Amino acid sequence: MTALKRKFVKGNEAVAMAAIEAGVQCYFGYPITPQSDIPEYLSRELPKAGGTFIQVESEIGAINMVLGASACGVRAMTSSSGPGISLKQEGISYMAGSELPGVIVDIMRSGPGLGGIDASQAEYHQATKGGGHGGYRIIVLAPNSAQEMYDLTMLAFDLSDQYRMPAMVLADSVLGQMKESIVPNPRPTVNLPAKDWAVRGTGGGQQNVVKSLYLGDGEMEKFHWKMHARYQELADKESRWEEYQTADAELIVTAFGCTSRIARTAVEMARAEGIKVGLMRPITLFPFPKKAYADLSNRCKKWLTIELSTGQMVDDVRLAVARDAEVEFYGRPPGAGSLPTPEELFTQIKKFC
Amino acid sequence: MKQVFSKPVSLKDVQTHFCPGCHHGSIHRLVAEAMDSFGIADKTIGCASVGCSVFLYGYFNIDVVESPHGRAPAVATGVKRARPDRIVFTYQGDGDLAAIGTSEIIHAANRGEKITVIFVNNTTYGMTGGQMAPTTMPGQKTSTSPNGRDVANDGKPFKMAELLSNLDGVAYSARVALNSPKNVLQAKKIIKNAFQYQVEGKGFAFIEALAACPTNWGMNPLAANERVGSEMIPYFPLGVFKNNENL
Repeated sequence: MTALKRKFVKGNEAVAMAAIEAGVQCYFGYPITPQSDIPEYLSRELPKAGGTFIQVESEIGAINMVLGASACGVRAMTSSSGPGISLKQEGISYMAGSELPGVIVDIMRSGPGLGGIDASQAEYHQATKGGGHGGYRIIVLAPNSAQEMYDLTMLAFDLSDQYRMPAMVLADSVLGQMKESIVPNPRPTVNLPAKDWAVRGTGGGQQNVVKSLYLGDGEMEKFHWKMHARYQELADKESRWEEYQTADAELIVTAFGCTSRIARTAVEMARAEGIKVGLMRPITLFPFPKKAYADLSNRCKKWLTIELSTGQMVDDVRLAVARDAEVEFYGRPPGAGSLPTPEELFTQIKKFC
Repeated sequence: MKQVFSKPVSLKDVQTHFCPGCHHGSIHRLVAEAMDSFGIADKTIGCASVGCSVFLYGYFNIDVVESPHGRAPAVATGVKRARPDRIVFTYQGDGDLAAIGTSEIIHAANRGEKITVIFVNNTTYGMTGGQMAPTTMPGQKTSTSPNGRDVANDGKPFKMAELLSNLDGVAYSARVALNSPKNVLQAKKIIKNAFQYQVEGKGFAFIEALAACPTNWGMNPLAANERVGSEMIPYFPLGVFKNNENL
């Protein structure tokens, strides 16, 4: 086997490359900073790969086109940021209610409102708690490098098809805009269930209906318990995380996305001074790797959560760790100039040790 | 015995939930007859909307995707682009298409999506309970215009078939009614044309069907049927506003 050629690309381009490798047939999107490299790349490359690219009139139109294409059984995706992701929530709720796969990429910018275009992690709650109406969850994957922007986009398609629910790649403007070297891995062979629920025209056979309306007595409740069981299965089988230097750690720093890269440097600085600090990075934000947190916190009782917000993931950390574990929080709400430095985080580590 | 009349095979042999005197049943039947005439039901995907028309899948022998309110033209775009060899249509009411879904219908039409749109204009929100629609007539009393639609406050009713006919992407745009045998026969021909445009891959076709809603108009079926002719048709003229075979 010949070695794959490395590519030096922006995180956003890695997402778009992975989508094509994953066999995305339809992309529907709308320009918004800092994710516009994704539609730009796909407008150029997807038609060459035999797919369809439409620049849609709105984010609402785009997510509903994803719904329609996905209902036909093809791989479809959209991407956006901040205000655009808010607009897509209606369609994401309908997709969740219709048990439709589909990939949504959220390159977070600061908010609320128009906010700004700087890196943010303030969409953690919106992404992981069901951003639209009706009490549903979607798969949420949090890359922390251009390589993972590539790999997790591909994984998002597979998990979404496997579990019949929308999947989101939750990144931020640092990860979207930063250029790094990646290996564009080929699409892995995965055994996925046949999409025998898709609308294709009956062909004279059985009628397929993709819908989220349940009016019959008990139907809606039954749907919710079915999805609840699916979320549990997802947590059992698909929780993903990365640990660094946790084996002997007396303090574990936990962060996701771009913040985890800065935190890792801070952990290395602490280790260089003989301070026993480790890093726990959740890769799946939904399902949140609760068991891994619980297991680690049986031994290590000091935790420091770092986020680019006033604290969102920290809620899940506090729920997941052992009752006698102590969870501190350090946050920098998103906006220009609010990205913490490694030195700044190292100071926080020393304060808590 | 010679059979002279039969139900379209594209329709299921079931009772509908529609109220007495409602025109949805007639429109369903004409759409089914159009599908039968081209033998396309088994390769047709319907995009249902929200309200009385959501139960499309209960009455047609076709695959159906349920769309969020107003978004059926976007859903249909996704379906048609994913499966260009299928026949795709939306079936939408006035609160759906002409209010919350204005953006989606205008842009699908302007892109010239090769789909057929069936737009049922009964001047009110049916299932929701008779509220004012974008097509509610001037002076018409509804549950949210208790003193009658005030055009100074709410504007005048949208004439969607005319509005869309002005877009270059639209191949066919027409308005029909179901209030008399003559109009039903004319509607049958026009709805068939709208599907023929798609069968031949010619482009976006739009049918506005004027329909009675006796329940929400507070009328008996006969009076409601008469209102279509006496009040609606004078404001919403019947006819073909765009017929561009050269797209």
